[in-house]
Order: sequence, then C-alpha cells, then structure tokens
Amino acid sequence: MVTHENGGGHEQHHPPSGFIRKYVFSIDHKVIGIQYLMLALFSVFVGMALSLLMRLHLGWPTAKFAFFHGGQMTPEQYLALMTMHGTIMVFMVLTTAPQSGFGNYFLPIQIGAADMAFPVLNMLSFWTTFVSLVVMICAFFVSGGAPIGGWTSYPPLSALGEIVGPGQGGGETLWIVGLAIFCGASLMGALNFITTLIDLRAKGMTLGRLPLTCWTWFVTAILGLLAFGVLLAACILLLLDRLAGTSFFIPGGLVVTDQVITWHKGGSPLLWQHLFWFFGHPEVYIAILPGMGVASHLLSTFSRKPVFGYRAMVAAVCGIGFLGFCVWGHHMFVSGMSPYSAFAFSILTMTIGVPSAIKTFNWLGTLWGGKIQFNCAMLFALGFVSLFVSGGLSGLFLAQPALDLYLHDGYFVVAHFHLIMGVAAIFGMFAGLYFWFPKMFGRFLNEGIGKVHFWLTFIGVYTIFMPMHFLGLAGNPRRYSEMTAGPFLLALQPVHVFISIAAFITIGAQLIFLFNFLWSLFAGKEAKEENPWHATTLEWSIPSPPPHDNFGGVEPVVYHGPYEFSVPGAADDYIPQHLAPNLVRKA
Amino acid sequence: MLSRRTERGSTAVALAFALFLVIMTLVTVYIFWAKIWWFPPAITDLGHEIDAQYARTFLITGIVFVAAQLGLAYAIFKFRDHGQKASYFEGNNTLEIIWTLATVVLFVGLGLYARNAWAEVHFIGASPGALQIEVTGQQFVWNFRYAGPDGKFGREKPELVSASTGNPVGLDSTDPASKDDIVSPVIAVPEGREVELILRSQDVTHSFYVRELRLKQDAVPGMEIHMHFTATVPGEYEIACAELCGLGHYRMHSMLTVMNEADFEKWEKDQEAANQ
Repeated sequence: MVTHENGGGHEQHHPPSGFIRKYVFSIDHKVIGIQYLMLALFSVFVGMALSLLMRLHLGWPTAKFAFFHGGQMTPEQYLALMTMHGTIMVFMVLTTAPQSGFGNYFLPIQIGAADMAFPVLNMLSFWTTFVSLVVMICAFFVSGGAPIGGWTSYPPLSALGEIVGPGQGGGETLWIVGLAIFCGASLMGALNFITTLIDLRAKGMTLGRLPLTCWTWFVTAILGLLAFGVLLAACILLLLDRLAGTSFFIPGGLVVTDQVITWHKGGSPLLWQHLFWFFGHPEVYIAILPGMGVASHLLSTFSRKPVFGYRAMVAAVCGIGFLGFCVWGHHMFVSGMSPYSAFAFSILTMTIGVPSAIKTFNWLGTLWGGKIQFNCAMLFALGFVSLFVSGGLSGLFLAQPALDLYLHDGYFVVAHFHLIMGVAAIFGMFAGLYFWFPKMFGRFLNEGIGKVHFWLTFIGVYTIFMPMHFLGLAGNPRRYSEMTAGPFLLALQPVHVFISIAAFITIGAQLIFLFNFLWSLFAGKEAKEENPWHATTLEWSIPSPPPHDNFGGVEPVVYHGPYEFSVPGAADDYIPQHLAPNLVRKA
Repeated sequence: MLSRRTERGSTAVALAFALFLVIMTLVTVYIFWAKIWWFPPAITDLGHEIDAQYARTFLITGIVFVAAQLGLAYAIFKFRDHGQKASYFEGNNTLEIIWTLATVVLFVGLGLYARNAWAEVHFIGASPGALQIEVTGQQFVWNFRYAGPDGKFGREKPELVSASTGNPVGLDSTDPASKDDIVSPVIAVPEGREVELILRSQDVTHSFYVRELRLKQDAVPGMEIHMHFTATVPGEYEIACAELCGLGHYRMHSMLTVMNEADFEKWEKDQEAANQ
C-alpha cells in the first residue's frame, strides 16, 4: 500500500491571485484540465467543419460554392481538409480531451491528491500542446496550403517536398514540426500521470480500490510514454529527410514527373510505416481506453450496482495496453512486409479482441439486475457500449490479412475506425462531460436539451457510419476526392449523398450541444449538493467546483472500493469511498 | 411524487433506447443479408476461398453483433428504474473464464482458419511457367510491361523515364532484350493461365487493387513486390489505386482484361506491332 505523507509528494499550495497565474499560466491541475478541454472543444469544431466541407464535396463533387477559390473544391483542397481533419481529431481531440482534459482534472481528485506530481510540468505540457496546435493550423496559411498526405503521412509522398504535390512543401513541414511538438507535450503529460498515480494516492487508496477511470488513465499514460517517443523519433527522421538531405525513408532511383531524384538513396518507405504504426496502434487505445473507464464508471454508478468483474476489467485494460504494442503490423498487410510477419500480427490482433469482448460482457453484467437511471451521462455511456460493439466487430475482418487485402484502404476501414476510435471515444467524452460538468462548473448541463442532443447524435452516427461498411464491401477506396474514375464508383454515389445528408444533420446537432454547454455554464441549474448523483468516488466528497487544493488541506482517507452500490445491510444505495465504516448507516 | 415521475420517464427512454437498438440491428443485418451493396463476383479460385472465409467471419461477427446489441437492449429495458432495488453482486469468475475461453477459441480459431487463403498467394511464389508482367505506378497512371517473345525484360534506367516522349518506364533501347518489350497503359491476361505481377513504383507509394481478384498490393518505391493470380472468368475489370499518392489519387484508374488464350496472343501481337 502506498501512503502519501503530507508534504512528501509536493507542497500544499495556495491559490494564486492574478488573472494570468490563475487562468492562463496556472499550475492547478483543474484549470489545466479545463484548458485542455477547451482546446479540444475548439479543435473538435474545427475538425467537424473540415468534415462538413469534405462531405459537401463528396456528395456533390461538381457543385460550386462561393467560398472556394474558383468556385469548386480542387482535389488537393479535399486532401488537405482530409489530412487536417484526421490530424486535428486524432491528436487535438481524441488524445487530448479524454486523457489530458478529464484525466488532468479528475485523476488527482479521485486518488485523493491535492494536485499532479509535477504541476509546473503540467502547465508546460498544456502550453506545448497549444503551440503544437497553432503550428499545425498555420499549415493552412502557407503557400501550397495544408499537406495532402493524410494523417499517416507516408513517405515518399511526405518526404519529397512540393514536387509530389501542393501542400507537401511548407505545409507538410509545419505539420511534422507541429506533431513533433505534440509528442513532447504528450511525453511530459504521460510522465506526470504515471508519477501522480503511483506516488500521490491517499491513505487507503490501494490499487484494488482505484476507480476504473484511474486505471484507464494510468494505462493510457504508459502507452503514451512508450508510443510518443517513437513517433517523435520518426518525425525527426522525416524532417531530416526533407530539410537536411538524409534518406531514411527515401530509396534511390526515384523519378517524379520525369525528373530524376538524384540526391536521395538507400532509404526505406516501410521504415516509416513501422515506426508510425508502432505509435499509431497504441494511439487507438490512447483514444479509447479513457472512454472505457468512463463508461465502466457510469454504468456502475447509474445502475446502482458494483462493476461486474472489477479485476477482470483491470486485467482487460492492462491486456489491451500490452497487446496494443504487438499488433501494429495489421496496418501493413498490403505494404510489402513479410507475409509471415503478417500472419503473426494477424493472430495477435485476433487475440486483442478477447480483452475487448471481456469488457463488453462485463458491461452487460454490470447492467444486469441493476436499477438503471437514464440521465444524459448514462445515455452516452450506454451508447458507448453499443458503438464499441459495432465498431469493434469489423476489426475481426480487418485483422485477417486474406480479408484485409480487399478492404484495406477502403471505406470499411473508415467505418471501423470512426465508430470505435472516433465516435465511441467521443461518446465516452460526452458521458464524462454530462457527469462531471456539475463538479467542474457548479452547474448542471440541461438534461432536456442534452437528450435531444443525444438522440440526434446517436441515430446520426449510425446513419453516417453504418453505410460506409457497405461502400467498403463494394470496394470503394478511401481518400478519393470524388467517385468519378470508373463505373463501379459512380454507382455508389447515391450512398455518398445519403451519408453527406446524415452528416450535416449530425453536425447540426452538435450546435445544440455547444448551446447547452455555453448556456449551462452561466445559467444552468446550480449544483448545490456535493454529490448530486449519489456517486462513490472522492470527487463527490468535496464542493462543486472544488477548492484550489481539492481537499482543503486535509488528506482524505479511503475505506471502501470504488463501486459499493446497493450493498446489502446499508441504508443508502451507495457507500462513498471516504466514509469511515462506523459512519455507514445501517438499514 | 417526484420518484414516480422519474420512473415513468425512465420507462419511455428505456423503451426508445431498446427499440432503437433492435431496429438498428435488424436494418443492419438485413442490408448485409440482402447483399444490397456487395462484392462483385470473384474471378479466381483464391477469390472463392476468400469469400468462404468472409462468410465464416460474417456468421460469427453477425451472431456476436446481434446477441450483444439485443442483450444490451434487453438489459436496458428490463433493468430500467421502476422502483426496484438493484441486486448486489461483484462478478462471477466461472462466467469470466467461460467467456474468455470462448472468445479465445472463436477469434483465434477464425484467424488460424484464414491462414490457407493467405498462404496460398503469399507463402508460395508463382510457378515457373507463369506469365510475368511488370506493373509500374507513377503519379497518376499505371503502366504494364510484357517481356515480349524473347521472354526477357530489357533494362530500365530512371534517367530515361519520359512520359511525355512515350517512354514512361525508362526503357533502355540500347539493351537488345528491351527491343520487343511491350508497354501498355492497360493490362490483358489470358484466362486460366497463372500471371505473376512484379510491382514497382517510380515516385511515391501506390496500390494495385482489382476487386474481382480480391487482391490489393502496394507498389513501393525501391522495392519489387511479386504477386500472382490465375483469372478464370473473361471480362473487363477496373483497376483502382488504393494508396494515397497525391492529388490525382482518385483518378489513377486502369482496366484489366481477361481474355481467352487466342485473343490474348492476338492482343500481344497487336501491341508489339504498335510498339515498333
């Protein structure tokens, strides 16, 4: 058992006075968490606006719009939107909000700490992330525009410069620099999370009493620490290829539009793919694990039942984390990699389906026999489970190389990763936000507006992404700016129109959410109680919003597991973790 | 009073949620079942084998999908808050072991079952008598080269590449073996004869994709990647590029024609004549 003596981990600190130290360069983990969430909120609307333009073009490729130079979107503009949509969504939203946002705010509180282990490092990692976002967005405004190589940025397309396409000059360089900066920020964040969880747990907060949210933030941080270092190295090598004339990823003898590239030889395009996906696959779990944590937490809280199979859940999270590093090759079945490695990667990938299935069974087990309360937080958590199943099962196709050959780089893949990594993860965030909003801001999000938002979004995402599976089965390749090259693609155009319309409605529904968020922030129903949901974890034992040092200088002591709901013999249907056994009211 | 209102509200929401899941599941299963948007028919034996593995995977994932979504719908409706007390249990080790083992057997078994379809084309190379065709990707066209009557590919040099003067692959005319090489923007293959493709790329990574062959293979700069197939159904099939290669990626398109042996010989002769 780790105990945390007062002053052992860090000094208790007092709230700073000035505006700048309080809200801008704050070292309070709660302020930093909200800063991360705001950055993600801004980014998600940027990313969504990009997807709106993409869907507009995919639905009606020849339509003219005043806001495009020349009236019509060019293929390179489409690819630039696509690249930036993917990049912004993956890094600035999916990596940032669930982990750095909610994790920053609630990990220290849930383990009973006054702050993160390294508050200044925490501030630094946020502002580094901010710089990275600014650098990336600058790519839109340089000559040639944003890069067109996709968020995976495969060389030689990403390494040869403007000669292979507009956006591959200054835009691509900024993209790589921005990403490298982001890696630095994530490494700092990961280090902080890991240290905090190991070192700053309150008395009695054993590993077996950690809320599942904390387990997922912890494992995610470990993944980040191991994965972002590799991506950082890859980015530096790619930058050297572009700027210093090295040839890590560029082979000799290339000819681009009749011009021989004489200054590069000996590199391997596959090396980038290995490095990128060694990061890229764990990244999928970085995005989804915190969502799993939130879903588990809320399913238990709002079924008024303990999590079914807590230990199995923890084992599954750790299993997913470990296996996540052993499966990157399934992104490379068509790359020219050894077919024997491909087969090994395939079996390992099928194996990762096992912990995912365990989690699903346990979520159902948690609901079973419960007393389910349908507030917005719970609706999104339930939606998460449904989307996780739908998005996860298509992985069983893509994990088999013989089947992946047909589906690879097609819309089936787009459907798969959007459902599981994009939408399910975002449902995890929405669930978390509806749940924790009263704690963070002292007011509730409006439940009525929230339900409208939930239903439009839930139905909307299925209407957008289910049909993409069928496009994939029909053979539609991804990253095509229009479907006009041949007869089979032209025949699929009506499906694209349908998806575009569904996307517009779903994107429109997010404005309802934005309204709810802003309105509730200032005029929402006040959260007068500390614990309005009758939840068990430590954040509900302190005022809303919590004071600067969380527990008012008194370190909490933990007596119970995280999910003691409906315990026989107790008067209330929940026993908070901090409640001394003699204070638990008997029935 | 208040609690009765939340209970009624919870029934309506639970019912809506459960109904949505049921409808979503039925519609999804129907569209898969009715094959409204589906694979084009395969034209190789391997393709049929892959389709059989697809069928097995659809069956297993389909059962899990329906069971999980309907299970969720049932739980949501059945255990909605209607004033009952939640039951208390923290798990069940027997169940955990059963569903862990069951998914291991199901998922890993499925993966092992898929080995043959993969091994057939990837562990074993083309047989010695196969017709060799070199496939070269460049922004944003495919070129296909046949060795011609001498059965030998002539030398290629990057510095000779000149799409504008009709030498897109950089054929070196000083090499006698290159004299009878045929370079074509479309590919024709004889029905029933094994074809070995040698994939190359001049500039960035492309990917050779023919739906009816159930094959896709990246053409990677600096690498020569071999793939092989035996097409058995004559016809015209579209070739798409499946790896993002630049702004013209969407229009990097060509055609594969499978024809009988006699037609193929004639086609080859016509190409040779045109090349002279």
